[in-house]
Amino acid sequence: MLWVCLHFFDLPLRAVFEESERDGLCAVAEGPRQRQHIFMTNANAQNAGVRPGQPLAAARAICANVQARTRDIATEQRLLKSLAAWAYRFSSQVSIAEPDALLIEVGASLHLFGGWPKLEQRLRKSLARIDYKPSLAVAPIPAAARALAGHGDDYFIDKPDPMLNALGYVPISHSGLTDNSIALLYNVGLRTLRDVFALPRPELARRIGTKEIDLLDRMRGLKSDVLALYEPPSAFNNRIELDDRVEAWPPLLFPLRRLCGELSLFLTARDGGVQHYEIVLDHEDRTTTRVLIELLTPQRDAKALYELARSRLEHAQLSQPVCCIAVFAKDLPELRPRHKDLFEPRREQGLDWPSLIERLRSHLGDTSVRGLSGVADHRPERAWNFDDKSLASPNRVSHSIARLSPRPLWLLRQTIPLRSASTRIVAGPERIESGWWDGADMRRDYYVVQTGEGQRAWAFLASGSKDGWMLHGWFA
Amino acid sequence: MSAVIASALDAVLQHPGIWRRSASARPHVRALSTGNAELDAMLPGGGWPCGAVSEILFEYDGIGELSLLMPALADITQRGQRVVFVTPPYIPYAPALAAHGVDLRYVVQIDANPAEGAWSAEQCLRSGSCGAVLSWLPIADYTLLRRLQLAAESGDALAFVFRPAKAASKTSPAALRLQLHTDAEQTDIEILKCRGNLDRRRPVRLRCHT
Repeated sequence: MLWVCLHFFDLPLRAVFEESERDGLCAVAEGPRQRQHIFMTNANAQNAGVRPGQPLAAARAICANVQARTRDIATEQRLLKSLAAWAYRFSSQVSIAEPDALLIEVGASLHLFGGWPKLEQRLRKSLARIDYKPSLAVAPIPAAARALAGHGDDYFIDKPDPMLNALGYVPISHSGLTDNSIALLYNVGLRTLRDVFALPRPELARRIGTKEIDLLDRMRGLKSDVLALYEPPSAFNNRIELDDRVEAWPPLLFPLRRLCGELSLFLTARDGGVQHYEIVLDHEDRTTTRVLIELLTPQRDAKALYELARSRLEHAQLSQPVCCIAVFAKDLPELRPRHKDLFEPRREQGLDWPSLIERLRSHLGDTSVRGLSGVADHRPERAWNFDDKSLASPNRVSHSIARLSPRPLWLLRQTIPLRSASTRIVAGPERIESGWWDGADMRRDYYVVQTGEGQRAWAFLASGSKDGWMLHGWFA
Repeated sequence: MSAVIASALDAVLQHPGIWRRSASARPHVRALSTGNAELDAMLPGGGWPCGAVSEILFEYDGIGELSLLMPALADITQRGQRVVFVTPPYIPYAPALAAHGVDLRYVVQIDANPAEGAWSAEQCLRSGSCGAVLSWLPIADYTLLRRLQLAAESGDALAFVFRPAKAASKTSPAALRLQLHTDAEQTDIEILKCRGNLDRRRPVRLRCHT
């Protein structure tokens, strides 16, 4: 096992200050409302003389334009969680080390990424894209990686002995011990972890408590660490608040494209696809419009998801101005990418069958494109049914349909009286009498009839009667 | 010098898109057998032209306009290619289709209004993932049929367009136009137009005894 620790030291600042504000004099304060003290400052505030630990009033006295905001731990946790979601693409073992660090197991996939230097480059590049610059440390023990990352940047240690050596140089103020223990040890004259490790264990335990001893043991690997691993959420629910009130669908496409991109990333990280997702449009009067998108097969391609959502959105009626757009996906099945033949000839502007069907369905509506199947029933209306399973993949066994007397290729949706001057019976009667068990009882005598125009009709008489021809189909 | 020119010319003439009247009496038309030997004999390629629109004009429902296609559709679906019914006037009756040998797993029906129906037919033809597309287009005009013809060419699919008999007098870009005539006794198939038919002595009317 090899753990990377990413230490996001400025997380409290990021939680309360926007990116554009962080160039100013920023400070984060914490503590009881009446007697807040500075917890963290940015470089500018530091240069102006604001220091962590100062009472807020003192900081304001030193530097009048310092912007101080109360620490927001909930937002910090949320940021860490989103970072964990980001880190999940590098490893399945990601652990959040509160308050401000992430642990990622990379030993298993180091070879895959082409060694640590390459992986490090990738991590840093990917982090820079979302504007984070954490300090990184790699160690075989998670708690040690954590302590090293707190102390400095760019450690890569994959053996226990050099790790112990490096840990020895970590000052106790950065070791992750509680403030009380640090103060106590510092006052005794200890400066680094090496000094602490050298102390006899029972005496140390009596002074700083077993909890701290436990941490020191975990750092050195004397005791195994139990980490709660991050699990990616099982549902996707991202929303974008719109600045303006939007009354038509075209301005919604830009945020929709972004949301579909995020959904696609989310699905890639989960190695899954989505079959049902929803666009939720919030209106000002707290009502919502929901546009459901149902697909035949799971998808995760951002462009396809966007195109399908877009054509559904175009048909949606917006009764009220929209102030927020969200995409919600809960049912995330496994994605099996379709196999393509290596030598399959590629057609220009061609569309494979699943994409074609999805395009038609999204344009015409889900119930407009149907498959057909036969049903084992003697009643003509019930001897067939729509069957949408075959639309996606025709791999099921086809029903064998008993060969009956000739059946017409066209069946009328509703039987109508047969109106024709000169009709001639070609074949029949065929008595169909069935359905007494389910209430749709029928007793009919079917005939093949030829009309004066030469049409062949499938018509029936109620059994026993001689008149009242009803048309049920055409032998087209 | 002249030998070089002649060989270059030969290379050009080898192109499959070029056909010389003198070379052979029959142009090359890729076609799928209609399943009716007499009808096949009347058509230049020996069947329904592939990658082209075939128009079927008829006056009344139920005169065998659909069963004309059944052998071809059975062949297409059994090869695992899709057959799409776009805006059919009635329900394509599954037991009857199956009885004709059509594999129902490859049959798809699309319901839509006329404008969307035309759009769907074009999409299906252009995609190249459908074997045949049958469409009932009462309002089809020359432009629409031309679009379908181009789509069928690019997707290499068979396009069948069913139109009322009164459209027979209008011009059409379809590769093949058939009209069905009927009286109380029998149905006749008349070939109104057939791309590649240069033999004027060939019969254009086929009696189908019912």
